[in-house]
Amino acid sequence: MKTRLTIISLAGGIALGCFAGLAHADPVDDTLEIDGQPMITRAPAPEGHPFDEVLSGWLFREAETRAVEADSFQNPGMLEVERAAEIWSTPEGTAGKSCETCHGDVSESMKGVGAHYPKWDKDANRPINIELQIDKCRTEQMGAEPYKFDAKDQKAMTALIKNQSLGEPMSVDLSQGDMQSWWDRGKDTYYTRTGQLNLSCSNCHEDSMGNMIRADHLSQGQVNGFPTYRLKQSALVSLHNRFRGCIRDTRAEFPKAFSDELMALEVYVTWRGTGLSVETPAVRQ
Amino acid sequence: MTLTRRQALVAGAGAVVATALPFGMPAFASEEDTQKHIMEFTGGKTPEAGKITLDAPEIAENGNTVPIGVTVDSPMTADSYVESVILLADGNPSPGVATFNFTPMSGTAAATTRMRLAKTQNVVAVAKMNDGSVFMDQKQIKVTIGGCGG
Amino acid sequence: MSTPKPRVKLPKSAAKDEIITIKTLISHDMESGQRKDKDGNAIPRKILNTFTCEFNGQAVFSCNMEPAISANPYFEFNARVPESGTFKFSWVDDDGTVITHEQDIEVK
Repeated sequence: MKTRLTIISLAGGIALGCFAGLAHADPVDDTLEIDGQPMITRAPAPEGHPFDEVLSGWLFREAETRAVEADSFQNPGMLEVERAAEIWSTPEGTAGKSCETCHGDVSESMKGVGAHYPKWDKDANRPINIELQIDKCRTEQMGAEPYKFDAKDQKAMTALIKNQSLGEPMSVDLSQGDMQSWWDRGKDTYYTRTGQLNLSCSNCHEDSMGNMIRADHLSQGQVNGFPTYRLKQSALVSLHNRFRGCIRDTRAEFPKAFSDELMALEVYVTWRGTGLSVETPAVRQ
Repeated sequence: MTLTRRQALVAGAGAVVATALPFGMPAFASEEDTQKHIMEFTGGKTPEAGKITLDAPEIAENGNTVPIGVTVDSPMTADSYVESVILLADGNPSPGVATFNFTPMSGTAAATTRMRLAKTQNVVAVAKMNDGSVFMDQKQIKVTIGGCGG
Repeated sequence: MSTPKPRVKLPKSAAKDEIITIKTLISHDMESGQRKDKDGNAIPRKILNTFTCEFNGQAVFSCNMEPAISANPYFEFNARVPESGTFKFSWVDDDGTVITHEQDIEVK
């Protein structure tokens, strides 16, 4: 029996039975194929990882939700991927260039690329993710404005690029630049309790992984499916939006998207999912 | 001990019934409303059980997007076919969900879509055959809210 | 909002009178009319209210939608294919916009 009770001290004395009466349910024993292509949803954890096995969030979802992801036609996130394919070849900015002008066919040039971000960026002297890489191209090559955080096109373009790595195992290269110290910083953030509820990432996604938090089945909090099509929003949800959502739910002030704190967290959490297939756009509740 | 999803729900009973609508609390439809819609659709006939099967999850992972399907047993020929199927939900702001219209060209009287459910409620499907006979199936779908994910 | 582009999936060919499965998915918010904006004002209803599928001008399947249909409406249904021809799909928005898509099928 893995049920455990966590006593939460609440500032302000707000009674909230959030963690009371936790129940455990195992992730499903099921295999994911997207349009017949097998996905790695269970992978041996990298050295130094708290788990033996890393598990895709897909294994924690109900059969109906899992089925939508397994058929890319039914996956509404793919509507945005298709829309982004048009943006890819549409010139924007003062240089009159589109993504295609430099990169050609997205399915060739971006194959496998999204599976290995965040990457060290020498110019910025920090790691950057796909969203910031797109902005870099837009500002430096195209003469276009960077996207506003969570602009519809930013999410769609990120999903398009990551979708070209569908099935590819995720990894981050920690030997580049100062990546290791960003990993360390991300790890600190992961284990630091925040907010009135005094919760860290690890309290839910490590200590309570597999438990039911009310009606929600807690996963390992893997990032291999982002941007994710969430049934709740009926739209693509970006990783930094999800980070901020989690932090908000601890009743803490949340950092800015792409801030050092959240970029470090992205580096660390991506490492925690090493070996899982990119599932973008995954389908979640 | 491993609790099933349902046991977990029962255990946390106080927490599970909720609305999926983000802002405000609109008035909900009722069983009477739904009954009225059924009678309008059937022309006052009380539907019989059988022939139609409503396929839906017992528990919806998110009320915003609930897969729902109907299948009606019919040869779908020019002489004998299903004209339409109405889908109703008795706990949404209004009971109407969709009406599927079939023809012998449909080949099979079956269709699937995705619907919104504001809370745990009954979903009703009524089929009208070309000879005027009507059949009904219904299912209760539990709608939960999650922890942080919900 | 630009006109949404529908996705339609059906086989390229079929045997005469074969019953095929058709899937359709279209991008649309399906604004229910039940929500309020940040200032508390009701957001007016704007949904796709009708979906139809015809084959060579004959009705195959249609659906009248209410606001209880989820965003990005998805349909899966069947059709009997008596001859080679064209499937025509249309979605009607509350604002009067009609989105159409055509796809051919060959009977072998």
